[in-house]
Amino acid sequence: MSSTVSSADIQPELTTEPRPLNASYGKLMMWFFIVSDALTFTGFLISYGFARFKHIDSWPIADEVFTHFPGLHGVDAPMYYVALMTFILIFSSVTMVLAVDAGHNNQKDRVVFYMFLTIIGGAVFVGSQAWEWKNFIKGEYGALETKGGMIIQFVDASSNKRVSIDEFAVYKPEYREQHKSNNGLWFRSEPALDQYSVEEVTEGFMADPSILVRVEKVDDKGHKIILNREESIEKVMQAVYVVQGANLIRNEYGNRLFADFFFFITGFHGFHVFSGVIINIIIFINVLLGTYERRGHYEMVEKVGLYWHFVDLVWVFVFTFFYLV
Amino acid sequence: MAHNTEHKLEIFRGIVKFKSNVQKIWGVLIFLSIVTAIEVALGIVKPEILMNYFLSMKLINWIFVILTLVKAYYITWDFMHMRDEKFGLQVSVVITLIFLIAYAAFIFLVEGNYIYDIMYEGFVSWNF
Repeated sequence: MSSTVSSADIQPELTTEPRPLNASYGKLMMWFFIVSDALTFTGFLISYGFARFKHIDSWPIADEVFTHFPGLHGVDAPMYYVALMTFILIFSSVTMVLAVDAGHNNQKDRVVFYMFLTIIGGAVFVGSQAWEWKNFIKGEYGALETKGGMIIQFVDASSNKRVSIDEFAVYKPEYREQHKSNNGLWFRSEPALDQYSVEEVTEGFMADPSILVRVEKVDDKGHKIILNREESIEKVMQAVYVVQGANLIRNEYGNRLFADFFFFITGFHGFHVFSGVIINIIIFINVLLGTYERRGHYEMVEKVGLYWHFVDLVWVFVFTFFYLV
Repeated sequence: MAHNTEHKLEIFRGIVKFKSNVQKIWGVLIFLSIVTAIEVALGIVKPEILMNYFLSMKLINWIFVILTLVKAYYITWDFMHMRDEKFGLQVSVVITLIFLIAYAAFIFLVEGNYIYDIMYEGFVSWNF
């Protein structure tokens, strides 16, 4: 009867039949995933925008934070490395498109070559991001945190250039040791002590009249406000923590949320790049094995290419809103 | 399955037409690199004239946002081959995203601005 369905009626080969909107099932699903993931990143970036607008007059200035370049120690290179990372990711996107194009022409060797370059580009990007994290966490100049939660940084009075607390902190011998389980209560321990204590930094500051305090607030021109010596002393007397580098609780660059959002957004994006590299490696191995030659089409390379371009697209937006704006 | 649609080889609304798909890809890369270089150069130099405000955002930031949208357009349209897809697929992906993102960005930024004003004018001082 026509109401029964036999196995001969059910269409196999979902991936080779053109479907509605002229796209196969797999490609449509990849687009849907991309839409939902794009909205996830939108949520993150928008909450970053909210936090930044809430603290619009005291947010750290990105040019002053991201100034490292690999191999150039001590050189102030604002934004150069991040620009290079952007270019590397866009370039890996290009090699991915070329791999997809080679797949359309069924040229297996070219697909292999371009996918290999894409994987290398992605791996270099993830490594670069890890390097940026390392520098961010380690910190550069150090700062103090006041009782009210404000971060105060230090500049030289005559040149207005940043001064590191390593340069002026004095050494005071201390009888305080890190409480580990083998030198105190066996069931308690604490993380490593700070490199400098508040007293060491404060005394060093008082001894050197050429150092001034730089607060988080930004003036009309967009520069951080530098206090005069009296106001500086007043602020330093309120210090309760020495902050070096960054963690999820406080950071030496300014607002606590700055480091939180940096880790969260670039971490999520880096995780997507990393998973993209893993998926690319799997597909690369499949191409080498000739799976798609046998299948007759390289559509899997195209679908994975869509994911990779999505990752690149998100980075373009993160780069703009986090580093440039 | 043979790739049964030809790639469209024109960009910039037909002003530039490439000879092959591979050429188009390199062409788009060069364009994206130029745009990125302009953005980075502006971000480093920060010319004074661009620091004026237009609709409560600095001109330089307007340039960044618009250039980013241009880059997004070319990455989606040419690298993700959206240019070659059917109109229905293009619209269902792009219109959804544009509407939701624009709406969410608008309400969040307005809210953040409001909170800033409250903290600035009200009696809440340093809210950490």
